[in-house]
Amino acid sequence: MIFEGEELVCVRGERPVFAGLDFRVGDGEILLLEGRNGAGKSSLLRICSGLLKAAGGRLLWDGRPADEDWDEHHGRLQYVGHQDALKPVLTVAENLRFWARVNGVRVSAGGVDKALERMDLRDLATVPARFLSAGQRRRVNLARLLATPARLWLLDEPTTSLDTVASAMLAEVVRDHAAHGGMAMIATHLDLGLAGARRLALEPYRLAV
Amino acid sequence: MRALLALLVRDLRLAIRQGGTVGMTLGFFVITVTLFPLGVGPELELLSRIAAGVIWVAAMLASLISLDRIFQADYEDGSLELIALGPTPLELVVLAKALAHWLTTGLPLLVTAPLLAVLLNLPVNGFVALIAAMLLGTPALSLIGAIGAALTVGVRRGGVLLSLLVLPLYIPILIFGVAAVEAAIGGFVVAPHLAVLGGLLIGATVLTPWASAAALRLALE
Repeated sequence: MIFEGEELVCVRGERPVFAGLDFRVGDGEILLLEGRNGAGKSSLLRICSGLLKAAGGRLLWDGRPADEDWDEHHGRLQYVGHQDALKPVLTVAENLRFWARVNGVRVSAGGVDKALERMDLRDLATVPARFLSAGQRRRVNLARLLATPARLWLLDEPTTSLDTVASAMLAEVVRDHAAHGGMAMIATHLDLGLAGARRLALEPYRLAV
Repeated sequence: MRALLALLVRDLRLAIRQGGTVGMTLGFFVITVTLFPLGVGPELELLSRIAAGVIWVAAMLASLISLDRIFQADYEDGSLELIALGPTPLELVVLAKALAHWLTTGLPLLVTAPLLAVLLNLPVNGFVALIAAMLLGTPALSLIGAIGAALTVGVRRGGVLLSLLVLPLYIPILIFGVAAVEAAIGGFVVAPHLAVLGGLLIGATVLTPWASAAALRLALE
């Protein structure tokens, strides 16, 4: 399976962010997005998820335009954005179970428990999310990736507020995902130590004179 | 289907755990209605004449003040974009959320309304019509309100804008909701008014998903 973008153009508030951008991710590949603030890393991930419409260009999944059926495209991706999307009054496990169900995953299959285990959240499972630290909240958000399997991971600064142990945990999870044939596009400033990951450098757009 | 049920259950659970939300709406409803006997005086005849109108207007305002709950919190904490990225079409998500809003707002209002009708000395033969009209009208309030809530989701402190958008759209429900009760009291046929309310409800059920989902997609860009 190949996910690719061709000649993508992104415009935010009449200001061009990038233009003519191409990328390509295949099975088991990790693509790291690099670039200065405002280079369009987040915008590219949001375009890939379908949250943001590209002003031009095409998104292709296995050669077929992704915008043919957005619901189908959404079904094969998981997105981690800047916000953790946790409900403060629900416990960690309840939050995760909700996201699993919304994505059509059977909770009884035990995926949620495994995800909690994997992100070292076992002891926090019954704690309401409002008592979590920023790093713990981020880990719950990342556990969502494990609780609801998806082919394509779009991670926007996933290491925000994670400590070194948790960052290593995340790198391990991403490596595992790729090893099982998954794809990931990650915008990050931190070196996650992902051997074999390809890099895509985004340049701030400058008008040609 | 399972996803929609999960969404509904979560919204109900949030409403219960956060407490206050249901109670506050009901409290607002009760207090607003109670103000009228104090304001216009305890003349039973006058009160029974305005009872239906007062209850409907208060129910609308109570429903209105809780509308921002439908999408606002989910928008602010990033849940809404993840829900939009889920496999469930956003149109159905809107319906599930409007239903959750009705269950936590419209239904409690419906249950309390007869008690307040006693307070306002509503004639006995108007009660059934009031309940029937509210049963058809309050879901329509939640649905139409969901359009306004979706349109103002990205607006900070959009409460006033929300009322300006939604209240004019509530007018038909108010007119026919009150007319049904008046007809029952006057001994006329109630069915036509209820049929119009039912029609409004069906119309809102069909239009709301599209309108709200489109507004939400814009807000999420």
